[in-house]
Amino acid sequence: MKQWQRIVLYVMVGYFILLLGPVAGLDLPRIVKDISQSPSLLITQLLVGLINGAIIAVIALGYTLVYGIIELINFAHGDLYMLGGFAALTVMGAFGVQDGAPFITSILPMLAALLVAAGFCAGLNVLTERYAYRPLRNAPRLAPLISAIGMSFIFQNLGLFWGGLRSFIPIMGNTAAAPKSFPDLLPRNDILEAIGIESKVDFTVKDLVVLVVAVVLMVALNLFVQRTPAGKAMRAVAQNRDAAKIVGINVDQIIVLTFLIGGALAGSAGLLVGLYNNTIVFTMGFTAGLRAFTAAVLGGIGNITGAMLGGVLIGLLSALSDQYLSSRWTDAWVFGVLVLILVFRPSGLLGENLQEKV
Amino acid sequence: MLELVDVHSYYGNIEALKGISLSVKTGEVVTLIGSNGAGKTTTLRTIQGLLRPKQGRILFEGRDLGTISTEEIVRLGIAQSPEGRMIFPRMTVLENLEMGAFQRRDRPGIKSDLEHVFGLFPRLKERIAQKGGTLSGGEQQMLAIGRALMARPRLLLLDEPSMGLAPMLVSQIFSIIQEISAEGMTILLVEQNARMALTVADRGYVLQTGEIVLTGDAKALQVNETVRKAYLGEA
Repeated sequence: MKQWQRIVLYVMVGYFILLLGPVAGLDLPRIVKDISQSPSLLITQLLVGLINGAIIAVIALGYTLVYGIIELINFAHGDLYMLGGFAALTVMGAFGVQDGAPFITSILPMLAALLVAAGFCAGLNVLTERYAYRPLRNAPRLAPLISAIGMSFIFQNLGLFWGGLRSFIPIMGNTAAAPKSFPDLLPRNDILEAIGIESKVDFTVKDLVVLVVAVVLMVALNLFVQRTPAGKAMRAVAQNRDAAKIVGINVDQIIVLTFLIGGALAGSAGLLVGLYNNTIVFTMGFTAGLRAFTAAVLGGIGNITGAMLGGVLIGLLSALSDQYLSSRWTDAWVFGVLVLILVFRPSGLLGENLQEKV
Repeated sequence: MLELVDVHSYYGNIEALKGISLSVKTGEVVTLIGSNGAGKTTTLRTIQGLLRPKQGRILFEGRDLGTISTEEIVRLGIAQSPEGRMIFPRMTVLENLEMGAFQRRDRPGIKSDLEHVFGLFPRLKERIAQKGGTLSGGEQQMLAIGRALMARPRLLLLDEPSMGLAPMLVSQIFSIIQEISAEGMTILLVEQNARMALTVADRGYVLQTGEIVLTGDAKALQVNETVRKAYLGEA
């Protein structure tokens, strides 16, 4: 970058922050006062941010895995996660579970919903790769990107259609486009109180379950990629596709596997968000997708640990902005971060620029 | 063992190989020499199935490689140390070597081959936990050859193992190639450094703009007038 281009950029970014600051509720004295008056609220918000961040991280992994392997920003990924939520809700409807059903009896429906949502999204993602992306593998890079945006629209409309199937799936409610309420199945018993810690902060069984499932998914993925032959082959394809071919890896198979895993993670996240926020809507994939994409870029796109870190950071930022700034401006802050990262550190927080020697 | 019959390969519309015929017999070291852009790397990529011949046949122990996948070709016993080394930069030296044995499931065999590679390249053993991308050029070359050997191939393709290396390292790499050959490995060696290549090879082919212009025993080529002028830099 030339010197003058850099200066222009700094001015633009500074202007952005100055403009956004007062409008978006960045009033430092008030924030400090709020926090000192009620520190437990801060902790509660950090907890909410952590859990939402963990869900975002699970979605972000799908972006980063696919980008790592075929350098495609899979714009349909957020909408795939939305469809995962719908698949999970459909399973809930099939089991007939309702709000406040006893935890023990709702374990089976939840496990079934996890398997169905993950399996459905994995299969759908593999089909998408096969028919929407693979034929464009050798086309200019813009072509598969546009194909991905097209798939995003198709998925959204599929979600809208699915939401209108009330005669088959009564749990979908009366209006196709309306947000669907997702059964509240996880107990809200405060764990801290149960183990004898007195505090104004609630850490419920619900929080714990969602957090644990998200973390288990991430740890499992990491172990898979680091330890198993298939996971190592994925890393090999991501690092040098020709070299991967030369050592005898079937690259097409690995690409399919990547879409399979990314899809399963998106489906799982769809269930988790339903269980945690108790509402899903066919447009939720768009914002969640952009947040997850921002998380992946923030951590360093293509980097698995980076996606996890980025997800949690974006979750925390959103929760804090919702509480202390203004929830209407949360997306602006999140995408402000995206702009800043792209300007100042395009490789992300953990992205490495390891030069390959010739 | 390997036979190319009138092979034509294209990059887009550009004909990179204009009817190449060559053969490699079991246990031989055959070198393919020629200047930049002559089609040496293209030949190796075509043999490995990374590039498909438009015309002609590639026979490996009687099987036609023209239509089967690279994966299958590796399984048949052809491994390559490619141009530019192509090591996996964010994997450790050990992981890189293990990737070389990707299709193998015989753990004891892999382990003994790993020791064998470390025997040939003690430097790699010293750097076993280091990321491939942080190695020096020479070390990366050793890693690329080591990774190819880990497939326990019957035919080893070496693409420009001397490229970008200091003269000391070049002779070191070539003495290791001789060592590998002495163990009975069949090698097809592509080189710009014709002098070194012809000293280790049994036979050689000279490639010029996609065509083979000269072939013969390595010793004969070393004293051949055209080769001396064009590739050995002698007046």
